[in-house]
Amino acid sequence: METIEQQSKSGKSADVRYLTPLDIDTKKEEKYCRFKKKGIKYIDYKDADFLMYLVNEQGKILPRRLTGTSLKYQRKVAQAIKRARHLALMPYVGDMLK
Amino acid sequence: MNHYETVFILNPVLSDTQIKETVQKFDDYLVSKGAEMISKEDWGLKKLAYPIQKKKSGFYHLFDYKIAGEAISAFELEFRRDDSIMRYLTVKLDKHAAAWAEKRRERNKSAKK
Repeated sequence: METIEQQSKSGKSADVRYLTPLDIDTKKEEKYCRFKKKGIKYIDYKDADFLMYLVNEQGKILPRRLTGTSLKYQRKVAQAIKRARHLALMPYVGDMLK
Repeated sequence: MNHYETVFILNPVLSDTQIKETVQKFDDYLVSKGAEMISKEDWGLKKLAYPIQKKKSGFYHLFDYKIAGEAISAFELEFRRDDSIMRYLTVKLDKHAAAWAEKRRERNKSAKK
């Protein structure tokens, strides 16, 4: 094994070797609950267009870790989506919904 | 007296008069049981997100009313007996939902004008 000094002298590109941790900005945008922020108290199952934001392209309900919804409202979201599905306002299964 | 909301889907093969008759029938039934109708909405012929009874569309209607809780099971039984009803959903509205329903009505009213 060559030492780092030798490598730098010979001009060869060294294997990536970090002594200090890289300065990568890991702080992401803070998640927030859209219902709490906007003061929405009731999630309407009749409004299928809005509920479409809370499902993936297969029609599955998106998890809280992706949407940032608080637990209280996630339960209501799930209830509303299930009602909308019963009334055929939203599909149970879909493909390429978005 | 609780506040309820019922959405039901009528068979698309019905004629206009048959639809009116059916809707009127349920309306009369509710009133005869002592319900206080708040609003009725006709969403018209809508495409279903998935086929129900091999139909791809249906007539959506919404009733908004106040009735004693005991009457609901009998009312839903009427829906199950009627062949022209493809789906129904009755939901009890809590205070937030009632406020939202009120707001929705106002918006629909102003949209029509």
